[in-house]
Amino acid sequence: MILVTSVALGGVVVAGLLCLLRLLRGPSLADRIVALDALLVLIVSGIAIDAARTGEGTYLEVLVVAALLGFVGTVNVARFIERRGA
Amino acid sequence: MSLGDVVASALILTGVALSITAGIGLHRFPDVFARMHAATKPATLGLVLVLAGAAIRMDQRGDVAKLLLVMALQFLTAPVGAHMVGRAAYRAGTELSPTTSCDELARDDAAGVHGREEAPHDGG
Repeated sequence: MILVTSVALGGVVVAGLLCLLRLLRGPSLADRIVALDALLVLIVSGIAIDAARTGEGTYLEVLVVAALLGFVGTVNVARFIERRGA
Repeated sequence: MSLGDVVASALILTGVALSITAGIGLHRFPDVFARMHAATKPATLGLVLVLAGAAIRMDQRGDVAKLLLVMALQFLTAPVGAHMVGRAAYRAGTELSPTTSCDELARDDAAGVHGREEAPHDGG
């Protein structure tokens, strides 16, 4: 399990770097918020993989909060884009 | 490794592979709408697979419940969020990729089916 979760965490890091690249390159605000949303999903997967590695559920509350906060943030930035323009 | 561990490992690795696919798509697709496709669908399925793999590994029933809650939240919120970002990006006049083959919304707007002006503007 340790080996599998190490490989999985490495994969999450690779995917996160690709998201960060898109976050930096833009070009529009909508691209950036899409990349940030994907990055938050990756953070949630990373915490879940860590929970599977240790078998300990202490951090699982963080998953719920992160998933909800990510949604609220995405919707708010979408409304902001709609009013202000990309 | 027990059978549960093997199944959990397979689920987690599949989910991570889908997440990497999402990252590659996010990086290589030509415009916001195509990138949204990459960031929403494979990423959601990847997260659900990873959460299922983690749920198999958990002993406590409450931990499994939390993972299922996150899964349900992701399924409910990902389409809504992507829909709002896509609508905002289109209304803000984001350029479509030159390879876009069909823009039905613009065609309907030109025909006056439901113009952008008439779209209800939620005050905010």
